[in-house]
Amino acid sequence: MTISIIATCDSGGQNSSYFVGLQEYEKNPYDEINNPDGIIQMGLAENQLSFDLLETWLTENPDASRFKRNGESIFRELALFQDYHGLPAFKNALVRFMSEIRGNKVSFDPNKLVLTAGATSANETLIFCLADPGDAFLLPTPYYPGFDRDLKWRTGVEIVPIQCTSSNGFKITAPALEEAFQLVQTCNLKVKGILVTNPSNPLGKTLTWNELNLLVNFISINGIHLISDEIYSGTVFNSPRFVSIMEVLDKKSSVNTGIRNRVHVVYSLSKDLGLPGFRVGAIYSNDPTIVSAATKMSSFGLVSSQTQSLLSEMLSDKKFTKHYVVENKKRLKSRHAVLVRGLKMAGISCLESNSGLFCWVDARHLLRSRTFEAEMELWKKILCDIQLNISPGSSCHCVEPGWFRICFANMSEETLNLAIQRIKTFVDTISLGKGSNGFYHNSRTKSVGNWGFRLSYSHGCER
Amino acid sequence: MKMLSKKATCKSHGQDSSYFLGWQEYEKNPFDPIRNQSGIIQMGLAENQLSFDLLESWIARNQEISGFKKTGGSIFRELALFQDYHGLPAFKKELVEYMSEIRQNKVKFDPNKVVLTAGATSANETLMFCLAEPGEAFLIPTPYYPGFDRDLKWRTGVEIIPVHCHSSNDFRITASSLEEAYKQAQNLHLKVKGIFITNPSNPLGTTFTLNELNLIINFAINENIHIVNDEIYTGTVFDSPRFVGIIEALKIRKFDPKRASIWSRVHVVSSLSKDLGLPGFRIGMIYSNNDTLIAAATKMSSFGLISSQSQFLLSKILADKKFIRNYVKENRRRLKNRHKMLVSGLKKVGIPCLKSNSGLFCWVDMRSLLKSDTFEAEMNLWREMIGEYLLNVSPGSSCHCVEPGWFRVCFANMAKETLEIAVGRIQALVNSRALQLMIN
Repeated sequence: MTISIIATCDSGGQNSSYFVGLQEYEKNPYDEINNPDGIIQMGLAENQLSFDLLETWLTENPDASRFKRNGESIFRELALFQDYHGLPAFKNALVRFMSEIRGNKVSFDPNKLVLTAGATSANETLIFCLADPGDAFLLPTPYYPGFDRDLKWRTGVEIVPIQCTSSNGFKITAPALEEAFQLVQTCNLKVKGILVTNPSNPLGKTLTWNELNLLVNFISINGIHLISDEIYSGTVFNSPRFVSIMEVLDKKSSVNTGIRNRVHVVYSLSKDLGLPGFRVGAIYSNDPTIVSAATKMSSFGLVSSQTQSLLSEMLSDKKFTKHYVVENKKRLKSRHAVLVRGLKMAGISCLESNSGLFCWVDARHLLRSRTFEAEMELWKKILCDIQLNISPGSSCHCVEPGWFRICFANMSEETLNLAIQRIKTFVDTISLGKGSNGFYHNSRTKSVGNWGFRLSYSHGCER
Repeated sequence: MKMLSKKATCKSHGQDSSYFLGWQEYEKNPFDPIRNQSGIIQMGLAENQLSFDLLESWIARNQEISGFKKTGGSIFRELALFQDYHGLPAFKKELVEYMSEIRQNKVKFDPNKVVLTAGATSANETLMFCLAEPGEAFLIPTPYYPGFDRDLKWRTGVEIIPVHCHSSNDFRITASSLEEAYKQAQNLHLKVKGIFITNPSNPLGTTFTLNELNLIINFAINENIHIVNDEIYTGTVFDSPRFVGIIEALKIRKFDPKRASIWSRVHVVSSLSKDLGLPGFRIGMIYSNNDTLIAAATKMSSFGLISSQSQFLLSKILADKKFIRNYVKENRRRLKNRHKMLVSGLKKVGIPCLKSNSGLFCWVDMRSLLKSDTFEAEMNLWREMIGEYLLNVSPGSSCHCVEPGWFRVCFANMAKETLEIAVGRIQALVNSRALQLMIN
């Protein structure tokens, strides 16, 4: 007697390079003191820059985490609270915070919010509510590798890519949307909607007004849904300012209830507040049927009441959130600049970006050939020889080989500088071996310092 | 075009059942000993509120732990970043030791065979996703927890086939009821993937006998199917016979874990919601010897991970062995007393309960109060209890019981005084019935 098909299949692509890289890192993680030659993790989009601000708040507000409110114990109340409508105080604080990071250009109704154990749960739940097995959702490429699991695995829904290219900075275009839509129709699949991540992962860019209008018009004409995963909305550190899909809906005169009810936002505190461990996500929708169904489904992934209580106190502290948002942005901006500058000095450019916890890096000129095979070769070399775990564009379904996502906010500045140094040294080595056509030549006998060239064709790094 | 999915618009969430409707009625007019003495008393929620004082004093004595403190500093950053679906190692270690403790250490659990999930609700659904394809079936003895209709079927597409149990033998599982259910599945052209039991039982409040467990094991071996055991109420066993879980039952049979294939088809679900009374913290788990299952379920737990904040707190509470031993003992004592209060109160007016030794509720025989031996009469009695006697109890039909007249009545989710009032209201109902009969 076997177990189910979905339990035994390649569960949402977890053999992809994205996950292989994480595994290799786990085997040999960099540590400043204990393992200075280890792999530096640059494949994890975490925000570790502003913990001190949170820790200070906790020290100044000890009762918030100690089950006390106004000096009284609320332990019993919280221990029993499993209402899938969520802790009202927390939902109120969360919608206020969501408004704040959107410059108060939009306001949210807590009754339209569904709490979930992280955005991972929110995205899957929305797909369960909007599509039947075999239906399709369109996603612009490149996209977060985890979506292959989160949106497809248990739901049975298909992802069809909207191809974006570097020719226009990977922006979504009308022809690209049309092409994807037509492709699905010829496959006899039903398109149920579009899912975008705004700000984008892995691009680190906010969607433009043009792109957002394009999307609203498209879903309006075709009668489909739009999910906007705005998990990185609190990480926008440069202009242009973040424009939420909700703001676009408010501004467009042609938007009626029908369209409004087909636009849904996903959010989480994992990226801006840097709290992925606490599993705090949310779905926001104007459609009461969706809110009702998603609320019941959230039973399968509720947020711990202990965590809801702590964060409701923190996010209600307006003075704190205001200071946090400003300071966090400043630090992200500065870190981003360090990476961009460092790469530039190594002759590597990044897609111009204003948000996120990573850069979308153009390493096309370092490829042996403009192929994904060459991209994989380069990725392995960077992972095993330079000891940096970065994410290859192919794992994000990018159509052009040679792009990589490199994270900058999940390590100390010293570590980031070390990583940049390793890249610079590597590039210098390559330039030495460069042929006249500008591409890197495979040179097995060359070795530089501690990094002897070893090309491994197995899944991980050979030892 | 249909805008939403079938799942979003269908009724398989089961929330139109009386189980949930009664809950809604209670919400509209909840009893409060001071502010609303004529409100509805909630006896339909299986919560354990009897031992919070013990936990509260632990929290008060260990404030720094809630405050993310550890020796030499703060653990906040580490926890904030910890989203590894393998779970906090310290928490898993303490959890398996606790699981052992409430089984009188008759079984030892391996933390590497545990998958943490956001509550048993998530664990049960995840197991269905991993063990069955849409359209396949699981056998479940009736009566069963109404939430299973949603948890096991809704998004998974799995079917439930009831194994009917009767009061004639105290609702015990028999070989013939298993056979009958299996035949029923075949008639419906449904492939049976496994049998799902809750032991100790909800709503019966009884623990399975070794006979029953062996029956189920034999059946699962013969038909080559899985056994899922929801052992969420293990920590609520307050009287003999002692609890024997499925893992112990397999050990007693001396099946070799390395050779007998049944070992890879037995899976246990548990949670801290019932014995420790912490449903709000969403702490559940799957335990299995099947490596493939554990691998798949671990990845699936991404959709419902436990907050690292709660994992940390519970790892500390469970690590305090002295506290836990005392808690388990004291909690049992209080449950036993409460159970006795309800049973004797009902007995006074001639209402029997199924003899039980566990759980947070009694399975009450109100057949004598029915105007006829029908489910319509049961629903009328239920409505009368909510509307006139202001008690929310769960009618047996919501638990898929085949005999009308049985009700699940919870006793551990209210103050002692409130339970006394509730018993008084039931007594009033019975007396008024008796009066009516006399007049007629």
